[in-house]
Amino acid sequence: MADRQTPQLELSGITKAYPGTLANDNVDLTVLPGEIHALLGENGAGKSTLVKIIYGVVKADAGEMRWLGDRVTVNNPSEARALGIGMVFQHFNLFETLTVAENISLGLDEPHDIKTLSGEIITISERYGLPLNPARHVHALSVAERQRVEIIRCLVQNPKLLIMDEPTSVLTPQEVDSLFGTLRQLSKEGCSILYISHKLDEIQSLCDAATVLRMGKVTARCTPARETPRSLAEMMIGSALPTCKRASRAGKSETVFSLNGLSMVSSDPHGTDLKDITLELGRGEIVAIAGVTGNGQKEFLCALNGEQATADARMIEMLGEPIGKLGPKDRRMRGMAFVPEERLGRGAVPEMSLAMNALLTGYLRNLVRRGFTRTGHIRSFARDIREAFKVKAPDIDVEAKSLSGGNLQKFIIGREIMLDPKVLVLGFPTWGVDVGAAAAIHQAIIDLAARGTAILIVSEDLDELFEICDRIAVIAEGRLSPSKSTRTTNIEEVGMWMSGAFETGGHAHAS
Amino acid sequence: MDGIDTAVAIAAGTMRAGTPLVLAALGELITEKSGVLNLGIEGMMLVGAVSGFIVTVLTGSVYLGVCAAIIAGMLMSLIFGVLTLSMMTNQVASGLALTIFGVGLSAFMGINYVGTPIAGLKPIAIPVLSDVPVIGPVLFNQDLLVYASYLLFFAIAWFLYRTRWGLILRAVGETHDAAHAIGHPVILIRYLAVMFGGAMAGLSGAYLSLVYTPQWAENMSAGRGWIALALVVFATWRPGRVLLGAYLFGGITILSLHVQALGYNVSSHLIATLPYLATIVVLVIISRDITKIKLNAPASLGRPFHPTL
Repeated sequence: MADRQTPQLELSGITKAYPGTLANDNVDLTVLPGEIHALLGENGAGKSTLVKIIYGVVKADAGEMRWLGDRVTVNNPSEARALGIGMVFQHFNLFETLTVAENISLGLDEPHDIKTLSGEIITISERYGLPLNPARHVHALSVAERQRVEIIRCLVQNPKLLIMDEPTSVLTPQEVDSLFGTLRQLSKEGCSILYISHKLDEIQSLCDAATVLRMGKVTARCTPARETPRSLAEMMIGSALPTCKRASRAGKSETVFSLNGLSMVSSDPHGTDLKDITLELGRGEIVAIAGVTGNGQKEFLCALNGEQATADARMIEMLGEPIGKLGPKDRRMRGMAFVPEERLGRGAVPEMSLAMNALLTGYLRNLVRRGFTRTGHIRSFARDIREAFKVKAPDIDVEAKSLSGGNLQKFIIGREIMLDPKVLVLGFPTWGVDVGAAAAIHQAIIDLAARGTAILIVSEDLDELFEICDRIAVIAEGRLSPSKSTRTTNIEEVGMWMSGAFETGGHAHAS
Repeated sequence: MDGIDTAVAIAAGTMRAGTPLVLAALGELITEKSGVLNLGIEGMMLVGAVSGFIVTVLTGSVYLGVCAAIIAGMLMSLIFGVLTLSMMTNQVASGLALTIFGVGLSAFMGINYVGTPIAGLKPIAIPVLSDVPVIGPVLFNQDLLVYASYLLFFAIAWFLYRTRWGLILRAVGETHDAAHAIGHPVILIRYLAVMFGGAMAGLSGAYLSLVYTPQWAENMSAGRGWIALALVVFATWRPGRVLLGAYLFGGITILSLHVQALGYNVSSHLIATLPYLATIVVLVIISRDITKIKLNAPASLGRPFHPTL
């Protein structure tokens, strides 16, 4: 691929400004036919904006686009599809109440009937190893199956360029391998792939070329195979990858928190029921719950924080006391703290100031007296959080939603840590958080555990979990695998568990 | 034989009493399936009713009156569309305002027409079909608008579940961001759906003032717009159940008139509440399956759509 070919896609000088930020600043990008090209960058570097411009969802302020050498303008996704551009979005654009075939049909421009389309879907799914039943409703599909719907929706149109926005963040390691197989097959058949990710190992194993974005600008172009993860990271974040320090823990400590056969029927008809979950947390221990999103994590977090009471109070015990029937406030008063999955809406009220958001759970810390709020205490509490956790915010009166994801998450986690909980439950703590903030959050979690807090982290980022946790278990279809020490298991085994391949019960407390 | 004749008369009356609800609720069904909640049905019906009446009086043609009612309903809904879809105002507040506006506007327009007599639409017996015992006189000895409501029902059910544009409409109502990202014109589709809802509400109004009780009286829709709205929700956005609910309402309306005629000593006001109450209770009971509700409810209902550009 070293000879000079006409590029499949060539962007030059693409610029797009949003109020307050320059999402893309004079970006150039060249993708050759059949090439798997990585677009690498942190959250907020402008990758998604750039591909939305290519796909016609967003309009660029300036710059031009060439397709096989000809200048083109793409005003909407249908024009992009007519050129031969397909896109798989990070947040799937699927309709839950419709069938697979109907969903795929909605992405096509020319008239067709659902029956012939279903036949085509089956042909493509067999050819590329993407098993899928066109008659099923999307709400009944797993995340990996949903992604297949998105991919097949592109493939039925014979694309010349396939854009994949962070496709692996929701897949098990085995599913990632099979996706890469499909992508390599497509590339051999001459389809170019623009692959967006911030996962360095994936890019090294899959991609022929890479363009690195930082704060909206192209900071490097390289051949990933010739780089090291360290050098790629430096191009991406502008400095070396931060690492966490932690003291190794040995031996078993007293149990402070336990789940005893926790079962619960989901309140959402599209949700997952929890089935017989048993787990113990020791003092100062960090335990990971890995798993692909949609396997009961939402219900699990709801059960833990008390949004939904359990059938039997003894299903959840803290310091020997049954708490399964208590609401969130009573659990917090007993020394539990929670960091929910959704930062804006559950972790914080978007339109309220940081100070008021500090009060939301900080009321346990002497911030309220006889029903009246104590403004001075609240403000100093909020300021303490900002100082201690290095939250980048001009002051504590700005609205929560004006903070970047990483900074707001530091504030929320800081607020819970300041309460000095006995048990802390975190849902997806570094989702959509930049590398620097994620490292700071990891360090704060480790330090808290060192002070004796039992910590439970629900996440799908295996690298993160292996880095900071003592033990790991997997949630799959509402069941919990046995837990193992992170030192005696590995990503492959956990990956197997994530697809549901484990013995039920989960009673083992590996030591 | 007298009993059968009475039953046939009640059933035929039921069809007529239910038709304005069928029309208005099917229109609102399409609007809501696209993700827009228009609370202005009552207002659109009244403006449709008075416009149809005035044009009928002025031209002497009921058919021109019906056309005028449809256009008037559509224009009313266009006001709502511009407010909520282009200017992103709150749909609930705008819909309520539309109803209040429609009530006032229709009273003002019709002030000189109260009590004016017109010849309404007469029933047309369909040959052969109307001779079938019982079913014939009930279903096939009706006026043109009742026949139109049959056709519209089948057309709407077929459109929603059998055509590509119906699929797109449902998709837009479910997840407008996804529909936009795939490249479907969310705002345009919603405008069309809102205007169809307006046209149907106008037609429903015309049925009231030109057929059901051929005269104009202030506020003559008497809350039927609100019942149509409730029908759509309690029928969990399914056309068949909308139809069922509408005829149930019509049937109880007619029955309670007969009960009053029999001279029972119950307050007529209390009896008049019966159709509203019974319809809602029945629909709530048959449609309480939460999974089915989630599968049929348009998930984006009432949420404004801001495209990222």
